[in-house]
Amino acid sequence: MSTVTTPGSVTASRGPSKPRFGGTLYRGREGMWSWVAHRITGVLTFFFLFAHVLDTALVRVSPESYDTVIATYKNPFVNLMEIGLVGAVLFHALNGLRVIAVDFWSKGPRLQRQMLWIIVAVWAVVMIPGAFFMFKHSFEVVFGSK
Amino acid sequence: MTAVQERSVSTPTEAPKSRPIEVKIRRYNPEISDEVTWVTYTVDAFPTDRVLNLLMKIKGEQDGTLTFRRSCAHGVCGSDAMRINGVNRLACKVLMKDMPDKLTIEPIKGLPVEKDLIVDMEPFFEAFRAVKPFLITHGNEPSKEWLQSQADRDRFDDTTKCILCAACTTSCPVFWTDGSYFGPAAIVNAHRFIFDSRDQGAEERLEILNDREGVWRCRTTFNCTEACPRGIQITKAIQEVKQALLFRRV
Ligand code: HEM
Ligand code: FES
Repeated sequence: MSTVTTPGSVTASRGPSKPRFGGTLYRGREGMWSWVAHRITGVLTFFFLFAHVLDTALVRVSPESYDTVIATYKNPFVNLMEIGLVGAVLFHALNGLRVIAVDFWSKGPRLQRQMLWIIVAVWAVVMIPGAFFMFKHSFEVVFGSK
Repeated sequence: MTAVQERSVSTPTEAPKSRPIEVKIRRYNPEISDEVTWVTYTVDAFPTDRVLNLLMKIKGEQDGTLTFRRSCAHGVCGSDAMRINGVNRLACKVLMKDMPDKLTIEPIKGLPVEKDLIVDMEPFFEAFRAVKPFLITHGNEPSKEWLQSQADRDRFDDTTKCILCAACTTSCPVFWTDGSYFGPAAIVNAHRFIFDSRDQGAEERLEILNDREGVWRCRTTFNCTEACPRGIQITKAIQEVKQALLFRRV
């Protein structure tokens, strides 16, 4: 959009320059934040799958370079990212079931908050031992028992 | 019985005390500047005051240029929806006894700000009109009263309570980023007629809400349900409209 600068015209104080957004962060509750987390974990998972399709497709190009690429994953940093990925997918999947319940179960909307705490509890119960065992090998490598 | 008497004697009722409140308000006046400013006022508030009383005190005693809407002052007309400490509320329904010593007040989000706390409600009403919020019937005029059972009425009772304050629609993250989304309030008002046994326009309204800017944009964040000053179960109403669309059953 170009600004019209005919002599004598009044600078438009209305129109698109009006502050439509801005201000402080909206203080939504569990429902809003679980949706934010759902979208972030969904997008993260998408990017992982994108990279994963590429690295797996490489085996069709050259099995040697596939092995080289996969070998670069064997370090504690990528191990941490794997734990993050499992956590993200698990949250997304569990909360996805909650959203399905909200949409299809007549009591879903009323119990959405309780359902969120249930899935968060399930997430923690799976992730705490899960992360421990997933990181066990890296821990031994980093601190030298292996 | 005597216990009651003793208590009332030993604890004489105290006069309620007022306390100073810092009220920070987002100001904008395009006739003066395109800049948004935050102005803080200090006012005394009684626990029985509502946020609206504070705004009126500020306007009356400190700064007559402060601009906001209000009409009934009793939570009926829906004029004074605004964002108070981060959430959409009717200023006339928020009691100061429930509030901290600092208030931050902004206009509702997602509609163009006209001045201070006043937004242009037109896009909101446009969505409301688009769902045909009136009784639609076909055929001959009925010759006697249209009876409705209690169960039939209960089907849409909750969504008759809407006062069109826009607190729900402007609490919705989908609406903030895409102003063409119909928004919760329009869906609530469509629900009120779709599930009314006397109405015959359900198909038309469902078709309208099946649009890409319709019910399917809802991400079930529950911000609307928590913002509604009438306690309407909005997310549930939206869910019922989604299901009516999926299963063609009203
Ligand atoms: C593990 C099984 C999965 C389940 C049960 C699931 C479930 C869901 C559901 C129900 C939604 C809709 C959320 C809403 O309406 O607010 C959704 C959104 C989404 N999902 Fe998944 N999903 C799964 C896997 C994935 C995967 C593998 C990806 C990545 C490729 C993914 C990416 C996304 C994205 C980006 C969204 C959009 C989020 C939004 O619009 O807020 N999901 N998922
Ligand atoms: S002034 Fe009427 S609803 Fe608050």
